[in-house]
Amino acid sequence: MSWLVTALLFWVAATLVNAWLAGSSFSETRVVRIAVPLIFGATLLMLWEGLVRHFGVSPVILPPPSLVAQTFVNSTETLWVDFQQTVLKGALSGYVIGMVAAFLTAVAIDRSGFLTRGLLPIGNFVAALPIVGIAPILVSWFGFDWHSKAAVVVVMVFFPILVNCVQGLKEADTMQRDLMRTYAASYVQTLIKLRLPAAMPFVFNGLKIATTLALIGAIVAEYFGSPTRGMGFRISTGVGSLSIDLVWAEIVVAAIVGSAFYGMVSLLERWVTFWHPSQRGAR
Amino acid sequence: MMRVVFPVLAVLGAIVVLWYLAVAPMNIRVALDTAERAGAEIVPEGSAVRRDVSVWRLMAQNSEHVALGYALERPRLPTPQQVGQELWKTTGKMVQRGRAWSKRSLIYHGWITLQSTFWGFLLGTSMGILGAVLITHSRVMEMSLMPWAIISQTIPIVALAPMIIVLSSQVGIEGRGVPKAIISAYLCYFPVLVGMVKGLRSPATAQLDLLKTYNASGAQVFRFLRLPASVPYLFTTLKVGIAAALVGTIVGELPTGAISGLGARILIGDQFGTPLAIWSALFAAAILAGMLVTLLDVLQRLVQRRMGGRV
Repeated sequence: MSWLVTALLFWVAATLVNAWLAGSSFSETRVVRIAVPLIFGATLLMLWEGLVRHFGVSPVILPPPSLVAQTFVNSTETLWVDFQQTVLKGALSGYVIGMVAAFLTAVAIDRSGFLTRGLLPIGNFVAALPIVGIAPILVSWFGFDWHSKAAVVVVMVFFPILVNCVQGLKEADTMQRDLMRTYAASYVQTLIKLRLPAAMPFVFNGLKIATTLALIGAIVAEYFGSPTRGMGFRISTGVGSLSIDLVWAEIVVAAIVGSAFYGMVSLLERWVTFWHPSQRGAR
Repeated sequence: MMRVVFPVLAVLGAIVVLWYLAVAPMNIRVALDTAERAGAEIVPEGSAVRRDVSVWRLMAQNSEHVALGYALERPRLPTPQQVGQELWKTTGKMVQRGRAWSKRSLIYHGWITLQSTFWGFLLGTSMGILGAVLITHSRVMEMSLMPWAIISQTIPIVALAPMIIVLSSQVGIEGRGVPKAIISAYLCYFPVLVGMVKGLRSPATAQLDLLKTYNASGAQVFRFLRLPASVPYLFTTLKVGIAAALVGTIVGELPTGAISGLGARILIGDQFGTPLAIWSALFAAAILAGMLVTLLDVLQRLVQRRMGGRV
């Protein structure tokens, strides 16, 4: 039986299974909620594998998932080095610096209504710009190593987080603030006990947006010069030297890291903002 | 209106002032090297020696050369004025001389980027809207598509960008327009999908029940209730989507050796060591983003007025 037929049969079968699962009385259980997207994903991989094998696509153009998995297992050492360089040094340090800077700026400008009104529209606008284009400039300022990557990440995550923090700090309503006033709470007390907790859903919104941006920034910055390691470096040289399977393995790493990073921030969010309506149904 | 305009202008002014102040320390080393080559006497001699001296001391000891940093040809940090002049030189002045479509004009490069952005936006929004319609109408689709839509956004698209270009050139697609549009669609579809799912689900149960009492079919509910109810959401997400599409196009131009487009200008400016070209391309991209979002904003007001809504 040819690969194509197998893949197509698998597709049909999986779709039927999914339809049955979603329509069945178990459709609200956790197992099914996880199983359905997994089956769907497996279908896509099966189709990819089947099409590539059936049409005999050269692995230099599009390797089948099985080959990518093989390469992934065989070159874990390279991938680990790249992961350290790009994710731990570049993206994560930049993310933390940018987050702290944005947070402190938000608290600082929040005391002045004038600054808030002035900065919010600008921040919103800048957050929508292709800031990633600043990468070559920062690489020429801070050199080829991870410092320049972290700098790009700082600039990229700063504005989305800032805008969300400022909006979040406005979230506590007048009634609640008045209550704090009747308790004779100081500015710091009001900030810590009322406004920061109230701001957290917004802050986490910004933090979640920033996770993807951090990875994008760190990888793109490596296209403009990097030491001979790093995910961006490996991808750009891999395309040139036709080791496409390694490139796909790096993409898999990027996908796993991106999802894990996002997932961790979401978990933290659920833990910090357990009281928020959007989280209540989740437990 | 004034309540917002004045603070924004004040903050912008502060940014420009800070920028001008930052130019001196950023450019002092290059300025001193240039002055030394021209025969001037610099206090620690030789740029290798100066590398270990802090910029502040250099500025204090060679205060007469600080001004040079504001007029360098290849500054580390150009002044806003230099960027403005470069922008004018590559846009307005080109138009005056009738060479708006020359390869050195940012209008030409902006147009290339705009085209890819437009196709990517069209593709991305259609995919997003189609996905949202499928998700609101089919439980299987919701359960299988939604998690992957979220995961797809956590994958850094830039990692995929070179692959998309390799693939499309192997399939036989000429030029870089199509791969760029695919990348920009990839970034653009997600906000549209999420916003439209929210919009299509926004009708209240009472409204849906009313249509049920009218014996309306699924298509009729969609046509007369869900679709009109989703329009405000649609435009909000379209504004996010067009900005994302522009980011996608420029990201698609950056790592791929494109030769035309704003991203390519940034790339070429980097390779040839002309910071002014990078900065002017960045500002051109910002202006383009502002124009696109404003355009959609105007469109939104027009459509909502026609639909009898308040804006």
